[in-house]
Amino acid sequence: MRPFSYERAHDLASAIRAASHQADAPLHAPIQFLAGGTTLLDLMKIDVMRPDRVIDINPLEKTFSEITVTPMGLRLGALARMSAVAHHPAVEREYPVVSQALKLGASAQLRNMASLGGNVLQRTRCSYFRDTSWHECNKRDPGSGCAALQGLNRKHAILGTSEHCIATYPGDFAQALIALDAAVEIAGAKGNREVPFRTLHKLPGDTPHIETSLATGEIIVSFHIPAGAYARRSLYLKVRDRESYEFASASAAVALDLADGVVREARIALGGVATIPWRAVEAEDVLKGTMLDEVRARVAAEAAFAGARTFGGNDFKPELGRRTLVRALLEAAALEIR
Amino acid sequence: MSVQIKANGDMIGRAVPRIDGRLKVTGAACYPSDVVLDDTAHAFLVMSTIARGRISALDLTEAQAVDGVIDILTYENTKGKVHKVRFFALGGYTSTSIVPLDTRKIWHDGQIIAMVVAETFEAAREAAYMIRVDYMERRAVSGLDGRKPQPRAAAGFLSSEPGVGDPETAYQEADVKIDAYYSTPAQHHNAIELYATTCAWSGDQLTVYESSQYVYGLKNGVAKQLGIRPERVRAVSPFVGGAFGSKAAITPRTALVAIAAKRLGRPVKLVATRQQGFTVSSYRAETQHHIKLGADRSGRLTSLSHEGWEISSRADDYKVAGTDTTSLLYACPNVATHVNIVHADRSTPGFMRSPAEVPYMFALESAMDELAVKLRMDPVELRRLNDTQIDPINQKPFSSRSLIACYDRAAAAFGWAKRNPEPGSMQDRDWLIGWGCATACYPTNIGPAEVRVTLAPNGKARVRTAGHDLGTGAYTAIALTAAEFLGIPLEDVNVELGDSSLPPAPVAGGSNATASICNAVAHACEDIRERLARAASHEGALRGVDPAVIRLREGMLVGADKSEPLKSALLRIGFGPVEGHAKYTPEVASVPIKLLGHTLLSKGIPVLTVGTSAGNHVQYAFGAEFVEVRVHKRTREIRVPRLVGAFAAGRIVSPITARSQLLGALIWGVASALHEETEIDERVARYVNKDLADYMIPVSADIRDVEVILVPEEDNKVNALGIKGVGELGNVGTNAAIANAVYHATGRRIRNLPIRMEDLL
Repeated sequence: MRPFSYERAHDLASAIRAASHQADAPLHAPIQFLAGGTTLLDLMKIDVMRPDRVIDINPLEKTFSEITVTPMGLRLGALARMSAVAHHPAVEREYPVVSQALKLGASAQLRNMASLGGNVLQRTRCSYFRDTSWHECNKRDPGSGCAALQGLNRKHAILGTSEHCIATYPGDFAQALIALDAAVEIAGAKGNREVPFRTLHKLPGDTPHIETSLATGEIIVSFHIPAGAYARRSLYLKVRDRESYEFASASAAVALDLADGVVREARIALGGVATIPWRAVEAEDVLKGTMLDEVRARVAAEAAFAGARTFGGNDFKPELGRRTLVRALLEAAALEIR
Repeated sequence: MSVQIKANGDMIGRAVPRIDGRLKVTGAACYPSDVVLDDTAHAFLVMSTIARGRISALDLTEAQAVDGVIDILTYENTKGKVHKVRFFALGGYTSTSIVPLDTRKIWHDGQIIAMVVAETFEAAREAAYMIRVDYMERRAVSGLDGRKPQPRAAAGFLSSEPGVGDPETAYQEADVKIDAYYSTPAQHHNAIELYATTCAWSGDQLTVYESSQYVYGLKNGVAKQLGIRPERVRAVSPFVGGAFGSKAAITPRTALVAIAAKRLGRPVKLVATRQQGFTVSSYRAETQHHIKLGADRSGRLTSLSHEGWEISSRADDYKVAGTDTTSLLYACPNVATHVNIVHADRSTPGFMRSPAEVPYMFALESAMDELAVKLRMDPVELRRLNDTQIDPINQKPFSSRSLIACYDRAAAAFGWAKRNPEPGSMQDRDWLIGWGCATACYPTNIGPAEVRVTLAPNGKARVRTAGHDLGTGAYTAIALTAAEFLGIPLEDVNVELGDSSLPPAPVAGGSNATASICNAVAHACEDIRERLARAASHEGALRGVDPAVIRLREGMLVGADKSEPLKSALLRIGFGPVEGHAKYTPEVASVPIKLLGHTLLSKGIPVLTVGTSAGNHVQYAFGAEFVEVRVHKRTREIRVPRLVGAFAAGRIVSPITARSQLLGALIWGVASALHEETEIDERVARYVNKDLADYMIPVSADIRDVEVILVPEEDNKVNALGIKGVGELGNVGTNAAIANAVYHATGRRIRNLPIRMEDLL
């Protein structure tokens, strides 16, 4: 960790003002916002992030942590803690995929600290990114190369990769958001804007160090999940090497609107396998208007992973991902909805 | 000493909670890493980021400019300051033959190349990040799979390459054959207490506060490294936050901290980070195995060959050579073994809980299960058929061996009889169920130990010896033993351990501590009893009673239906406490150990009698482990909802802490089968998963029912108290039991650990 100055934000506007006008992409900027701290402090201790100034936005928690459930949908303040949302009775009942994705993330201690806004911005677990003694990492040091391409890449992505980066997006909650067509409200120097959540994360392409469409000084203030007939028949399936405190080897967020076994609408997102929160539109299209059974689920899963590319250590992931999606679809179809 | 020692069993074997438990849960126990002395400066290590080559330049300019930096040790100012001391496996002290900060040469990834000392930990760390290092890098070889390094015949540490008969012919003629390769990965101890050291000089007197399994080794070894007399060094380690073999030999950090403290004239404290810990101390190196089994149609073994390959560093010939154990496990008339060391650009491996048995028994016990499948025989019955009370190599009897009793007890508790042997035949909704079992065993090791016991007229006793409690329950076992032989309540016994100013005790390794130290305690108590009894037989209530029949019981001297309070008996032979002193040498020790054991012990050199060197018999503890695994039908996650282990290890001194050890060992066994693996980037021979998020161990949610059964066993041959030791018994075989259960669940035989879901897709 390097020396840095710490200040507490008293209002949103001044926090944004302080952090605007930085040249670097937000995740490398010398001024960083601190919410739960579960990613930022970690990365500062291991010298991956080296901000000069840390602005603690937790004093704003009261204003930005509301959980509101209306017939129109679900609004979640960005400073709400993971645990608060995960165990909110209406969220558990009306949006099971949201609650489950949050409950299956991290550990109880981390969930009590981590904010929703920070959660969707959490950074990859790629070992080569997290250890500065590896010189090659385009995400950490643009243009330096990617050690994972030829290195140990069991945990790495198979969807949305580029020749510059194959780091996996590690989160769970974002899969629920993207499956349910959530919007994200962002505050910045020029006021607030609301954009589809799917536009927040950016594919690595040849700029893997630019991970989101956030401009410098911008802060996520809330998420809005529209109501949908599929939301109650939803689940998050996380397949991993141990029972808890472990990132997904493959995961699936699935929401289904079924009528007599026929799919009126399906929403599918995949985790643990892609560089960004991954919406599997091709799989959704395969299912629409069909009877959901084992064979159809398998066809959808094939479609979801048609574009997968593997790198040695993760050669098993397309098959694991397909099986995960098939299992999630069949389990969602079998749910009893009251 | 040929004193007859017989425990009444009043205290030994009593189920009492850990006596230091309250200190630990309240934070009152002061671990070496908790030590903060006045005016301490803080150190931070800088490690090499290449595995092979030389440092061409070190630029300290920016680091030295960091506010608070006091000193930076590098080869430039430290060369020649640390004397080369022999590798511990060759009868020396150090975990590696590589002398720290002695040259520009890089032997392995994560080698210490500098140590920054600053006013605060934070300043030292910041400066460490600012040191610029240029290397001349050479191509490194990581290990067994890397670039096919030449296997080389191993030099003889511990192993005798046991063999008997003509295994090749017997194999050719066998009715049923197994021929298979197995492998285990590199693993790191990852004790929760990090590698921490504080050194403080007072004049020419050095005190080292360091979490240690061997304070006498630390004291003597550091003295040799610094070129000073051992009397000038004191090593302090009253509590140890996990060790598992990683804190037995001296690591390169200690001498550097001592040198820094001397240079600065103030105490220096170092806490290596979790990541640095992966190369500061040792690890369990990866192994490969080739096993050939031959059997007749009834299942009787006719041929066993076990060849092993192990990684060591280029600096040292380290090997664990578990064929000493696998060759004598079952009745087989034809046995061949061989162990190879493969040298690579790695740090030197070392002891890690059941060093030899964990990898080697994985191979043998997997092969035994494969044989049972081929024979269409129950795996328990295969072990029963091939059980033996005679070591097949040397034809010596086992001092005691309750393997089959363990199988029967554990099988009954597990419900093994309900098992359908057909793979994939047992299911619970979407989960395939597999049941598997394997043998656990561990040699009964024991060494010389010296103990002083004082008994005061108020009935309070003090036991002093430089043993160690690694969380194992040593304090409790030792206190129970003293309470037993002094006839006083447990709470009146105070035990002092973990300080080299106490009488010497052996390394807390090889599961020898309870046997070695408790026997010594019994002798020291006997010394007290004898003196009190002799005096009492001349005057007072016990006058005329034969001293040999006088015992210490419930705060009294008793004999021939007469008794006398302890206080008057003690005051008869002095004014204050009476001290008993024992230099215990194991009854089974060889003549050289009987002659030289205590001299070597006081010099911090381990002298253990091991399972196969105990004179007229071989001595081992045994167990049987049964596991249930569940594998998801589609996604193939592997979970272990149930473990049952039955163990027979002679006299159990402290049943609660012994059970805890076995419980933890079974859980570790799950980790060794399914989770733990140090991942190595073979291109550059570097580790990549150096923290507890990425180096996987089970979390609480992974562990459900674990049952430990202690099977009674009496053994009067191993030592007077009949103690075998349990520390390393429980995690032997668990990995094989799980692999065997995975086979039963899925029909897939996985021979390379850890077993992951992709192996079953």
